[in-house]
Amino acid sequence: MNAMRRAWESDLSYSFRHSPITVLAAFMVIVLFAGAILAPLIAPYSPFDPATLNLMNGFTPPMTPNTFTGETFWLGTDDQGRDMFSAILYGMRISLFVGFAAVLLALVLGVVAGLVAGYAGGWVDTIIMRIADVQLTFPSILVAMLIFGIAKGLTPPDMRDQMAIWVLIVSIGLSDWVQFARVVRGATLVERNREYVQAARLIGRSRSAIMFRHVLPNVTSPVLVIATIGLALAIIAEATLSFLGVGAPPTQPSLGTLIRIGQGYLFSGEWWILFFPAVTLLVLALSVNLLGDWLREALNPRLR
Amino acid sequence: MTALVRIAGLVRRFDVSKPWLNRLIERAPRQILTAVADVSLEIPERGVYALVGESGSGKSTIGKIAVGLLAPSEGAVEIGGVDLHRERDPARRTETRAHIQMIFQDPYASLNPRWRVRDIIEEPVRARGDRSEGLAERLLEQVGLSARDADKFPHEFSGGQRQRICVARALASEPRFIVCDEPTSALDVSVQAQVLNLMKDLQERLGLTYLFISHDLSVVRYMADRIGVLYLGRLVEEAPRDALFETPRHPYTRMLLEAAPRIDAFGREVDPPKGEIPDPINPPTGCAYHPRCPFADERCKRERPAMRDAGASRAACHAVEEGRL
Amino acid sequence: MTETPILSLRNLVVEIPTRRDVLRPVDRVSFQIARGEVLGVVGESGAGKSMTGTAVIGLIDPPGHIAGGRVELDGQRIDNLPAEKMRRIRGKRIGMVFQDPLTSLNPLIRIGDQLTETILAHLDVSEAEARRRAVAALEEVGIPAAARRIDSYPHEFSGGMRQRVVIALALAAEPDLVIADEPTTALDVSVQAQIIALLKRLCRERGTAVMLITHDMGVIAEAADRVAVMYAGRLAEIGPVAEVIAHPQHPYTRGLMAATPMATPPGERLNQIPGAMPRLDAIPAGCAFHPRCPVAEAGCRVGDPPRVEECGGRAACWVVAREAGLVRA
Repeated sequence: MNAMRRAWESDLSYSFRHSPITVLAAFMVIVLFAGAILAPLIAPYSPFDPATLNLMNGFTPPMTPNTFTGETFWLGTDDQGRDMFSAILYGMRISLFVGFAAVLLALVLGVVAGLVAGYAGGWVDTIIMRIADVQLTFPSILVAMLIFGIAKGLTPPDMRDQMAIWVLIVSIGLSDWVQFARVVRGATLVERNREYVQAARLIGRSRSAIMFRHVLPNVTSPVLVIATIGLALAIIAEATLSFLGVGAPPTQPSLGTLIRIGQGYLFSGEWWILFFPAVTLLVLALSVNLLGDWLREALNPRLR
Repeated sequence: MTALVRIAGLVRRFDVSKPWLNRLIERAPRQILTAVADVSLEIPERGVYALVGESGSGKSTIGKIAVGLLAPSEGAVEIGGVDLHRERDPARRTETRAHIQMIFQDPYASLNPRWRVRDIIEEPVRARGDRSEGLAERLLEQVGLSARDADKFPHEFSGGQRQRICVARALASEPRFIVCDEPTSALDVSVQAQVLNLMKDLQERLGLTYLFISHDLSVVRYMADRIGVLYLGRLVEEAPRDALFETPRHPYTRMLLEAAPRIDAFGREVDPPKGEIPDPINPPTGCAYHPRCPFADERCKRERPAMRDAGASRAACHAVEEGRL
Repeated sequence: MTETPILSLRNLVVEIPTRRDVLRPVDRVSFQIARGEVLGVVGESGAGKSMTGTAVIGLIDPPGHIAGGRVELDGQRIDNLPAEKMRRIRGKRIGMVFQDPLTSLNPLIRIGDQLTETILAHLDVSEAEARRRAVAALEEVGIPAAARRIDSYPHEFSGGMRQRVVIALALAAEPDLVIADEPTTALDVSVQAQIIALLKRLCRERGTAVMLITHDMGVIAEAADRVAVMYAGRLAEIGPVAEVIAHPQHPYTRGLMAATPMATPPGERLNQIPGAMPRLDAIPAGCAFHPRCPVAEAGCRVGDPPRVEECGGRAACWVVAREAGLVRA
């Protein structure tokens, strides 16, 4: 009870409550996340079960009964007769899963690399940060495509569709670790000269104990901010890759795949096939980004 | 009395050159800063030895070498006969390390903000794998805090209370020797008095040996029994407390005592000391203090004075040696 | 004293509204500084001494603001001046010296140009004359080879030399008042003595009044004519420096003096005041010092102690005022 009150009165909660845009963004994030997670319960159709698909339902406009079957779909259907609403819910699942997993991978890699580079210094630091610099000279989507291509070449053809999601995660994660590494390294450089670190060295604690038990807890707030904004970027990166046709396979379409399918019909009048997945992606990325922005300001001691 | 801490011929150099590419392009030579130059001193068991000096005197560097945070470039530091930088027997190293502790200047930076006070205080003991039940509570009460404070985080305490927690942490491994690096210079006067009294009480009660580093002569006068005065990395004078304050030998010590603000000196018109501390990368030849010294002559510019006994004191000064002073 | 004081604070209150309550870092502070006088303002961190100086020059960071009382410079009220007018008073009539000389000097501009600019902005002289004065000002603060070094950048100077430049800058427009906030705290002992001597000499020569803010009683003893002791945003004691230091009246000043290692004979224990300065959001009712005070009585917990300008004493303390017969028991 007491802890809950303290949390409510904390600076973080205060700045949250006094920023209507942040509250709205958080609301949207919760709604979209809930929709994605609960998709099997909410979705009126199972869009990827070929048994339930009826090609006659193809190209049904939103909220309009289908001329052949008389069925009505909230957001219409695509060329295969799949319910767009259900497809979006399931697509978001894929997008969010890839986004979260990719950010987690980038976070773990980046935090460890940044901690080691910052704490060890010297040539270890030089090597890690030069690799990071080189990687930064390529656009991260290009890096992701490169890794995606290599990984695809390495996986056996019959496994490709199954592995596609994991390959996506690895390629986006590997292309995003640099920003985590840079921020963590910078924070580590500050923390390692603090006297509490010297006190720990004095009693003979090992390097890894100092890095992970002492320094790590003190560099987490910038990591949290980057992870949030990174999530939005990863979702967009996934959508971009899938849109380009190198991402999620049509059997497991993500928001990006849906947009790719939809863009073919935009000029023939079936606008909804593109429009609804695109708007969902926009709202999702924007809301997560706004949350990240708020977090950055709320956690920045200089702005408080 | 036997010496617990023996520092002999200690030298520490830092490479402060620019990166090699810059050196190559600008044709700049390597730059070496000698922070500590040939310092030798002994601290008896249960003694309080103070190092005083202004910025760049090397006093903090000596402290860090003494506890093993920095390696010496030359010379040795022995604590209870063990040199941490040369000892190869891991058991003796661990044992000696447990005997050494340090209290730092900034009470806000020396406690990990994400750790509970209990974990902070007990870390030295737990890191050894020893049991630590009730240790934090006992130590907190010993330094004048409450046992209930063990579950709080550092930000819930004031500067003085944090420094007490630092003292408690330093005591946890039951050390014999504690290096105190400006432990009260970040504190207010009324709080400084609390911490100094506490440190002095503990020293007497637990038989601790202190190396006390400070720029504040009045604090040193309160704490130390023997005082070494550093200038540009060299010991220029060393004396028992009363001798240093009553009959300072070295001109630099005299200047420090004269220049320190005095509380009974209303409207005192002092002739302020001349000059500032020179660049430690290119120290003056001969006696490093000669450009500012009112007693300097040709010999002082040429020849570096050696440390010589003068009564209960030691001083490195040609003028003192020649009886000109 | 019939002469108008250079600086006069009357019941100055500074407030900082926060979302939980309103903090008062300066609470009804009154004092005067006469022409050519050095007033030391001493206190521990959180005493409100720097905030008082910041209030005088009108540079309190929002949302903090002056919430009551008045500040008069040579008889003219300045706390309610518009920002533009206040800007002209700073630099021209009030000079400033801060703890870190680097914050007062622009690192990208040669010190000569900074000085000339200040002189031109506030005095009606030609550019050549301003430069001549800048060299003279640097010579006066003891910069060797001033004519040559005037074209150096701040980073080419040592800490002590930079603080000399800041003093030259503060005095360049011949102000009536200099506010020096911990001017020697970042400096070594030997350089500190030089800077104090310099500040004292220049201000005496020109008849400039100084508000010297510091935590160091030793600096106050060396440099000030009178001293104001602050505690928790309030004035605890004010009086001539020799009297306050030799015979402090307020229990806080007494405790502070007894806690100073300088004032304690070697071998004796330092007197310690229990506890610490209260945080701004937890200032005790009544006399702010009562929880730490060895002579506090029941009344101290309730009523604000009589302020010095009301009872005519030196210390804002119930016990002292009653013993001196200034208030009825």
